[in-house]
Amino acid sequence: MKIQPSNSLTLGEFLKHSGRAADGIISGANGCVGFKEIVEGTCFQDNSVSFCGRSVLLATPDQLTTALALVKLDGLANRVVLCPHDTDPQHFKSIISDAQIDTVVCGENFSDVASLGLPIGRAHSTVDSQNPVPIGRRRTEWVLLSSGTTGSPKLVLHDLASLISPIMQTTKAVNSVVWATFYDIRRYGGLQIFLRAIVGRCSMILSHAGEAVGAHLARLKQHGVTYVSGTPSHWRRVLMSGAANTISPVYVRLSGEIADQNILDALHATYPGAAISHAYASTEAGVGFNVIDGKEGFPATLIDGHDPNADVLMRVEDGSLRIRSKRTASRYLGNDQPSLMSPDGFVDTGDLVDLRGDRYYFIGRRESVINVGGLKVYPEEVEMVINKHPAVQKSLVRGRRNPITGALVVADILLKQRAQLSNLNNNQELLAEDILNRCRAVLPKHKVPAKVRFVSQLDVSATGKLVRDHE
Amino acid sequence: MTIRSTILVNIQKIAAAYERDIASLNDDVALFDSGLDSLCFAVLVVRLEDELGLHPLSSVARFPVTIGDFIKLYENSAKQ
Repeated sequence: MKIQPSNSLTLGEFLKHSGRAADGIISGANGCVGFKEIVEGTCFQDNSVSFCGRSVLLATPDQLTTALALVKLDGLANRVVLCPHDTDPQHFKSIISDAQIDTVVCGENFSDVASLGLPIGRAHSTVDSQNPVPIGRRRTEWVLLSSGTTGSPKLVLHDLASLISPIMQTTKAVNSVVWATFYDIRRYGGLQIFLRAIVGRCSMILSHAGEAVGAHLARLKQHGVTYVSGTPSHWRRVLMSGAANTISPVYVRLSGEIADQNILDALHATYPGAAISHAYASTEAGVGFNVIDGKEGFPATLIDGHDPNADVLMRVEDGSLRIRSKRTASRYLGNDQPSLMSPDGFVDTGDLVDLRGDRYYFIGRRESVINVGGLKVYPEEVEMVINKHPAVQKSLVRGRRNPITGALVVADILLKQRAQLSNLNNNQELLAEDILNRCRAVLPKHKVPAKVRFVSQLDVSATGKLVRDHE
Repeated sequence: MTIRSTILVNIQKIAAAYERDIASLNDDVALFDSGLDSLCFAVLVVRLEDELGLHPLSSVARFPVTIGDFIKLYENSAKQ
């Protein structure tokens, strides 16, 4: 059979034409499935729901089910929206509307999606070989969720071609490579690793929400993992677990946050035989570059390249890094969304860089987005919650650096005058706790301020906006 | 309060705020077996920076593994 050019293969076809399909596996904390079974069987419970040409919300509870469903849906569905396990169900309605979803895929427990009024396909973390789903050839659209200022996620449109563009495609599999990532594969950083495994026909060991570091590392050891990726925060967690030497990776990759020299040196000391690299990527801009010299920052030679055929062109404008490549997303879905790129095709990453000698270093963000261990937080969404408190006049939420998760959310709060007066006599700690409890009730934990400070004024600019620091 | 008790009291406060069950806080308990996750440790480090004026983790050559390592790191930093 003639094989299609690899850049137009679907996920299922990558596995089908692998030539070593019987060897590779995808393993989660809740099971393990071989490539051959994945290609020949199905994870869907029955055939009553058709996915052909459908726009599918993929809201499965665990990553193994997501992986199995993705292989089947790519090429078959018109569009697939990947929802991480912690997607707030209250956002499903806007996601469904903006992405014009007409079918939902979920796991056994589907109470969150039952009320959405759409056909529901149920998927498992196991494969039924008696009930095969054909492999499709459609160019499926992939949609990833990215944080937005209002708390509702932005829908970032990719396709398989843009997603696998950064991946070196080889004609034969490298048997010694077994991939793992601490990321969730439903986010860009984790998805990149999942796709590297599929395109390279390598086994992949998935992470599992809430699993203890030691148990996770033991699973990675059991499967002989050699290539491991995670954020600097993930890696600090590994180094502080006391079980870092359970694994012996030959390739250690960091992305999703700024990798400082401290974490690069600590990983080099723990895994002296491993190649250690840090990549720059974002859901919108795709993978920009990969730094392999063990130093923080990146070489200035990567900027302002003049090769029009280069995969990635980068420039620095107004201090922020701009990227144009085939790897970038095409647009945001939904009405009244801003353009994702400039007219000449560059995505403004919003990451500020500073040239020192022959190297650029990341110094923060132009916008005030806070990166907590690889998860983006927009201050405005937290301020909206704080400002609803009856004692609060306004608030300023900002990032505060720390060596564990890169940054944390903290809040400066200006109280209403009456509350200020009565607060002089009352316990500030109780009021702070009350405000934080309201945040905890509606925000994920990483968005809840780690510290609250009551201030006597908040600076406002000439345009009437809060003055935000660029940390 | 000593550095040790400041650290232990803060661990307990943070565990309560973030609804984490914590183990008995012996020196030989691994930090990530204590019940706190990365986010909780980040909060702990920020609070200790404010309360003790110390931030030794920013330049540490080896990351602490146990609660004893962690306390010692702060105690040594205070002596410098």
